[in-house]
Amino acid sequence: MHELAITESILEIAVRHAEAQNATKITDLHIVMGQWASMVDDSIQFYWDIISEGTIAKGATLHFDRIPAALTCLACGQTYQPDVRALFCPNCQSTRIQVITGEEFRLDSIEIET
Amino acid sequence: MPERIPVVEKILSANDRLALENRAKIDAAGLFSINIMASPGAGKTSLIEQTVRALGKKYRIGMINGDILTSLDADRAAAAGAVAVQINTGGDCHLDAVMLHSALNQLDLNNLDLLIIENVGNLICPAEFRLGTHKNVIVASIPEGDDKPHKYPSMYRGADVLILNKIDLLPYVPFRMDFFRQGVEVLNPGVTQLNLSCSSGEGLAAWYTWLESNLTLKNG
Ligand SMILES: Nc1nc2c(ncn2[C@@H]2O[C@H](COP(=O)(O)OP(=O)(O)OP(=O)(O)O)[C@@H](O)[C@H]2O)c(=O)[nH]1
Ligand SMILES: [Mg+2]
Ligand SMILES: [Zn+2]
Repeated sequence: MHELAITESILEIAVRHAEAQNATKITDLHIVMGQWASMVDDSIQFYWDIISEGTIAKGATLHFDRIPAALTCLACGQTYQPDVRALFCPNCQSTRIQVITGEEFRLDSIEIET
Repeated sequence: MPERIPVVEKILSANDRLALENRAKIDAAGLFSINIMASPGAGKTSLIEQTVRALGKKYRIGMINGDILTSLDADRAAAAGAVAVQINTGGDCHLDAVMLHSALNQLDLNNLDLLIIENVGNLICPAEFRLGTHKNVIVASIPEGDDKPHKYPSMYRGADVLILNKIDLLPYVPFRMDFFRQGVEVLNPGVTQLNLSCSSGEGLAAWYTWLESNLTLKNG
């Protein structure tokens, strides 16, 4: 249910950056979303179609770049995508792990017309 | 011609900015604040009730409860002796910095030592929204199962202290303590874990010690 507030935030950021470039239209937004960011892209799309109405971002296409979680084992050096059943290293069972990707949630770039 | 321009801005930056304002407000009043997050029924309100009963004579405690509909939990905290404020999130699955901002206005912060926020029962959404409190407290509980850190990583990533509640149920419910801790260790190495039972009272003393040491740091 929190995707409405999120979508409003995406719109605010995009319009602010576009206006700084004197854009007349935003055509595309590129959103980077890690696997561990608890967001549903379908709901963002749903709200987007409603709230972008009447703004320079109306009709813009949302692109979601989904980043899988990737962990590196500090004991054996293995990089892996965590299994749904357990997070520790599948190679050596170590729990000394560094999270490399998966937590991203940002507006990376926009495409504008000026 | 369409032109691509870099933005690279965190989508939650507006919430994070407001969380900083909340923190400034809480700091100005000189109190210590915690955000308690857990799945539904893990024992958040029970922990708050026990805490208020144990420490309420020594410290003035305020409680803000986020609930989808009812004020039952705020009423329980008030009955235990806290000054309680209810925020109905109207269907939202978490508190955010905006909601906390308006709730803070309903409390006389200068007349409190400790502010406890009970977030909406949910293991996914609250983790994404900083509120501006000093510490995040995660409450896990035995009957939820030992796989929760493995399944809900973002919640455990942000914990400053982890409470494992309902240890009185260990004889009845299968729970691999080492498997649970392995998940926690991957996500949040070395985080303090306090095993306790709000029902029997076992282990609560260590929680009060944790709270009081933070209160002393903050309030002098
Ligand atoms: N056996 C046992 N039961 C407990 C313990 N702590 C809480 N409970 C019970 O667990 C249930 C839920 O407790 P609450 O404190 O309401 O949990 P909560 O996390 O605040 O729940 P929501 O706010 O609804 O998400 C109640 O029936 C409590 O009596 C405990 O240590 N042991
Ligand atoms: Mg509760
Ligand atoms: Zn390894």
